[in-house]
Amino acid sequence: MRVALFTSCAADLAAPRPALAAVRVLEAMGMTVDVPGAQTCCGQVALNSGHREPASELMRRWGRTFGEYDAVVGVSGSCTATVHHQFPRVLEDRAARLAVDAARRTWEFTRFVAHHDAALDLALSGDVTWHDSCHMLRSLGEKAAPRDVLGRVRGLRVHEAPGSEVCCGFGGTFALKYPELSCAMADRKITDVTRTDATHLVSSDSTCLLHLSGRAARRRVPLRALHVAELLAAALPGGPGTLEEAFA
Amino acid sequence: MSGRSIALHGAERVPHSRPEWAGSVRPGHRALLPLVTAEAVSRPESAATAARLTERSREWQDGGWPENLVPLRERAARIRRETLGDLESHLAQLAAKVTEHGGTVHRAATAADATAIVRRIAAEHSVRLVVKSKSMVTEEIGLNPALEADGIEVVETDLGEYIVQLGDERPSHIIAPAVHLAHRDVAERFDALAGERLDHDVTALAGFARARLREDFRTAGLGVTGVNFAVAETGTLAIVTNEGNADLVTSQPPVHVAIMTPEKVVPRMADLGVLIPLLSHAGTGQRMTVYQTLVTGPRRAGESDGPRELHLVIVDNGRHRILGTRYEEVLACIRCGACQTACPVFRTLGGGHAYGAAYGGPIGAVLSPLLAQHEQDRELPYLSSLCGACADVCPVMIPLPDMLVDLRADDAASGRRMSRAGWRAWSALWSNRAGHRVSLAVAAAAARLLPRRFLTRLPVARRWARGRELPDLRGAGRLRRALRRRHRTGDPA
Ligand code: SF4
Repeated sequence: MRVALFTSCAADLAAPRPALAAVRVLEAMGMTVDVPGAQTCCGQVALNSGHREPASELMRRWGRTFGEYDAVVGVSGSCTATVHHQFPRVLEDRAARLAVDAARRTWEFTRFVAHHDAALDLALSGDVTWHDSCHMLRSLGEKAAPRDVLGRVRGLRVHEAPGSEVCCGFGGTFALKYPELSCAMADRKITDVTRTDATHLVSSDSTCLLHLSGRAARRRVPLRALHVAELLAAALPGGPGTLEEAFA
Repeated sequence: MSGRSIALHGAERVPHSRPEWAGSVRPGHRALLPLVTAEAVSRPESAATAARLTERSREWQDGGWPENLVPLRERAARIRRETLGDLESHLAQLAAKVTEHGGTVHRAATAADATAIVRRIAAEHSVRLVVKSKSMVTEEIGLNPALEADGIEVVETDLGEYIVQLGDERPSHIIAPAVHLAHRDVAERFDALAGERLDHDVTALAGFARARLREDFRTAGLGVTGVNFAVAETGTLAIVTNEGNADLVTSQPPVHVAIMTPEKVVPRMADLGVLIPLLSHAGTGQRMTVYQTLVTGPRRAGESDGPRELHLVIVDNGRHRILGTRYEEVLACIRCGACQTACPVFRTLGGGHAYGAAYGGPIGAVLSPLLAQHEQDRELPYLSSLCGACADVCPVMIPLPDMLVDLRADDAASGRRMSRAGWRAWSALWSNRAGHRVSLAVAAAAARLLPRRFLTRLPVARRWARGRELPDLRGAGRLRRALRRRHRTGDPA
């Protein structure tokens, strides 16, 4: 099966590793992975900042870029949710139909892994906790797939944090408009996470993770954040065996 | 023909320790939201409030909707929307029924019209003391200050409302007005009011308030209530409370003024069987509120209690402008406050005061700018991380996050040209492969070449760096290079 990887702009700017890791995992599943060079951004940032026109221009571009594929796998839960939920709301013209149609074939990474793989051999010992990023949880309605996928990793213990479903305070330009508020929300999340036995916080959205780890670094709190694709790639056969070694 | 308040006797001794933006009378102009919110977050009280609200949210909201309420929720959402589709005819039926029972119905277009009607009624009866049960619409229209300007004392009889009134504050949550206060804060207020140290046991404090309020119910010349639901087919006004104070407000004073906005009407009595349990569950995790006060007309011949006059004031205050627009559904709101309790932004701010409007939280961030009472409310839709928790808990399924996004678009469309041009330029750049590549190269070069001190002063970076380390942008464009290399060599990424 040929799939296109939808990497999201965070991967281009500051977080390349999750996308590269996703390629490895998908290939280990026997997929042929294309990473279309024409992709840029799904338009979410512009849309949520109130700029509908620039957003729809990027959305249409997304449709042209991914329209041809049988399956598109999104590395970011939030960007995938934008494709599913916002494209039909925002796009109206005929060119838009392509994007809306492609959205139907677009999967969030963990959901894709959970549905398409039975045989993947995953092992990595360690302790993690999962952060339900908001749009993945509430817009895509996806809570089970990441837990399912993490549950398949031999040796991995998943500790639920009390506020795993609570927003981390990133919220796109919200983080810039209200930095103190956004950081205070991050602090609550960081506190919840550090109270568990997990050594690493895992999620499906690099932007939340950059926000949380940036905050933790400023406060000198030892919080290590990790994209789920990175974790799964490290758990592939021949990997380091332990979380500590993989992500020191 | 009415007495003076016992409940407020000594209120001048209660210190007002609130920030300016929490005051009972909303100032015409406030500081910009980024400043207010930064201040709100820095207050230690906010963290305590957040902890209280988070606890409630965990108890009532985690785990989603109980199975038995799922169909009820769908029915409620339908009932509310159907009613909105034909609001005027339901209101006409309601008005006819209320009149038939001997009540008087007033329609008010604006907040000022509504307060003028109540002031007139109070003046006609030489009222000096008003007792109120909890009502958010009276907050919205500024009823208390309007009556007080006429020399009338107004006493809030809901315990939480009474507590915030003593501190000259607005309610901080639409159904838990004093949620921003700790037990100790309340005890201090009551001590100051009493002029002596009281027993600080919770029941004793409640008993103190109860004794103080009791006398005012008896001597007030006018009782004011809001309306939770107004039943069109019977002309019945339903008011729910947990303290029973609406029973007293609507039965003891000789005149009862009920104030509602048009969308409070429901077609049938049976609809209460759907809406009240939902409101109770969503608001406070109860199966049913402790009291349901149903008022159908004033005292009838032969009855021993109830007011001699009943006035129903239906105030629009901007709602007709919302009907028929893409925001119409927001009028389905039943003011349960669940979206506020669930909202991490609202919680972290220590409640609704920092929103600076009568309604805070997700419902307030949508409704307040639509009511367009204050120019500054246009900022409110941005005061959300769009996490979506509000939509999950809303008993009538209002798509609040989508509305927040749409309101931002409305605002931006009429907003500063500079920022619009910036976003357009960016999307043009990123709609083009070369433009995209160049922008990544520029970002990476800037991150590599410029000193960190300088970087953290750049416009966007500066705001990020307030509280967070900057992400490493030296890697911008690295993904593409790695993928190209991989493609050429077949190496693992
Ligand atoms: S918007 Fe929904 S959740 Fe919020 S107060 Fe209204 S009914 Fe309740």
